[in-house]
Amino acid sequence: MLSSLHYFVLSAILFAIGGIGVLVRRNVIVMFMCVEMMLNAVNLALIAFSRYLNSVDGQMLVLLVMAVAATEVVVGLAILVALYRQRPTTDVDEMNLLKG
Amino acid sequence: MLDYAWLVLVFPLVGVIVNAFFGRRLGKRGAGYLASAMVGLSFVCAVWMFAELLGRPETDRVIVRPLFDWITVGDFNVQAKLLLDPLSAVMATVVSGVSFLIHIYSIGYMAHDERFVRYFAYLNLFVFAMLTLVLAENLLVTYVGWEGVGLCSYLLIGFWFERKAASDAGKKAFLVNRVGDVGFALGLMLLFVTFGSLSMQNVLEQTMVVRLTSGVATTIALLLFVGAVGKSAQIPLYVWLPDAMEGPTPVSALIHAATMVTAGVYMVARTHALFQLSSSALTWVAAIGGVTAFFAATMALVQHDLKRVLAYSTISQLGYMFLGVGVGAYASGIFHLTTHAFFKALLFLGAGSVMHALAGELDIRKMGGLKGKIPTTFWTFLIAALAIVGFPGLAGFFSKDEILWRAFADGKTVLWALALLTAGLTAFYIFRLVFSVFFGESRVDKKVAAHIHESPKVMTVPLIILAGFSIIAGYAGVPKILGGGNWIEGFLEGSLGWRAPEVLAEEAAHGSAGTEWALLLVSVIVALAGIGLAYYFYVRRTDLPGRVAKGLNGVYTFVYNKYKVDEFYMGAIVTPLRQLGGFFSAKVDGPVVDGVVEGIAALVALVGRGLQALQTGLARNYALGILAGAVLLLVYALVK
Repeated sequence: MLSSLHYFVLSAILFAIGGIGVLVRRNVIVMFMCVEMMLNAVNLALIAFSRYLNSVDGQMLVLLVMAVAATEVVVGLAILVALYRQRPTTDVDEMNLLKG
Repeated sequence: MLDYAWLVLVFPLVGVIVNAFFGRRLGKRGAGYLASAMVGLSFVCAVWMFAELLGRPETDRVIVRPLFDWITVGDFNVQAKLLLDPLSAVMATVVSGVSFLIHIYSIGYMAHDERFVRYFAYLNLFVFAMLTLVLAENLLVTYVGWEGVGLCSYLLIGFWFERKAASDAGKKAFLVNRVGDVGFALGLMLLFVTFGSLSMQNVLEQTMVVRLTSGVATTIALLLFVGAVGKSAQIPLYVWLPDAMEGPTPVSALIHAATMVTAGVYMVARTHALFQLSSSALTWVAAIGGVTAFFAATMALVQHDLKRVLAYSTISQLGYMFLGVGVGAYASGIFHLTTHAFFKALLFLGAGSVMHALAGELDIRKMGGLKGKIPTTFWTFLIAALAIVGFPGLAGFFSKDEILWRAFADGKTVLWALALLTAGLTAFYIFRLVFSVFFGESRVDKKVAAHIHESPKVMTVPLIILAGFSIIAGYAGVPKILGGGNWIEGFLEGSLGWRAPEVLAEEAAHGSAGTEWALLLVSVIVALAGIGLAYYFYVRRTDLPGRVAKGLNGVYTFVYNKYKVDEFYMGAIVTPLRQLGGFFSAKVDGPVVDGVVEGIAALVALVGRGLQALQTGLARNYALGILAGAVLLLVYALVK
């Protein structure tokens, strides 16, 4: 049967995939999706803990994280649109004006 | 007035400030009158002070008036106070009086100069500094005045600084003075170490109590004398004074004849208590004075530049003053200082008047026959000349003979003989000037001769007044053998009377009156002989000077080139120092100092370039950094 351990492992795998995706992919939108994936991995872990510990705190936190994630995506995409207007590219490697 | 004696100092200071800031608005006339008026007021105060001192009983003539506390650091206490006693009264009166006359004269002489206002500001500053020097009670305040007059000398010698010769002369004066000042400063330090104070009163009290080893007293006295040698142009630091003639003639008259150069003599007289404790120091003073007097007179014999002859004459007369104080005749030295101030200033101002008439000509070979054309200048110059050679009846006669007599009586026969010979030389070279400039045929350039004119009243009136003083000033010190009571010596006794007990016994033994009469006659004869010889050479047989010069060619050229002393100093001192400076600049300052600073900068740049590799500008690298950091923290938290 499914024990909480399986949820944690899944969460870790999703987090790792998301993390590597952020580091490796060059398309900004894909980077965002990977960040979302990381956030959702964390959500999954929180829910599993909440079930395992019989506490509702985990679920409260998940709601909070979801709200924040949504907000963050809004802001992030707004920044992206502004950046795209400057330089019509979605390649994050092209945005290297801070190179010193 | 004694309570308000500080006014003497304040007036010239006000003059400086007003002229410096508002001079342009006052205009030439305003600035000139203001400056002269300020010095005039100082003079009035000085005379008032003098009169008040005379009114007091003889024992009560040393008055100290505090001004303010200057330095208080631990044990080192310097209070600015004014010392008002016979010596400072005499000096203040002479300084302010002669300065006043020269200010008036300058209004005429400098009338066409565009930096007229600045000139008067400098002159007032000089008077302020000189009066500070003379009235100070604490030797450090004296030193302030000392340096102040040195500064003004530099500023005024190099007044026409567009001329390289003038600015070089200003620098030379300042640097040579500085050498003397080092000695003076060292003397002050030793004085402080020995007595714990630089206040004249304090030191005087202590010399009566503390038994100084003569070694310490000698060292202090000699160090202070080094300062005097620099300021008063004695051997070996006299070289700046002839060059100083590049400055305006009233400046030469004031600073380099009547006042600043006498500061050294004043200083020796003021600190006579220390010199009295060391007979070897006094011998040095007398010896240097005597030798300088002779040496300078020889150079005056052959110079063609009117002012240069007078400059060497000043050095020579200063030598006389030092000879006087060196044999313990402090009052005589100061007496000669005052008479000299009058007739030397008059000689210089007269020279200025001659130059004014001849559109700036200075070479006596291009003058002659001027006595009818500029009579006032001629007569006043003649009076001054007679005074300086010690012609009976005029000021120099009484003061110079007193010094000669005291030198002889003190047993310094060699110096007496040298001084007597110098008197003869003095008569010769001064009357060489008189006869070459005013008598005989005119050798003046034709274009210049057309414009010869007497100077305006503003210049001739001071000449006349100074001539008057050159005549009557001597009567302040008529010696006993001629029926006078030597008033000035008695008056100055209040300041200059300190004697170590052992010395008092010696001084009682003077020579006889007969010897004094004999010496008097000898010096008069020598002076008249000098005048006669000059007459023969420069009026009767004007070919003789040229023939003698050719005959003694080697010697003549050597003396004419001032014994090559300047060249010697240049080669032995100036050039090596310049090379040393050059070496340090190129080999030490460049590579080492600049190297260190630049090296540090290079190091910083290197580190920066290294760290630059971290800033790739790629967001992904920064993200990796964040992640790595987070992982490390996690590991750290888990392991703990």
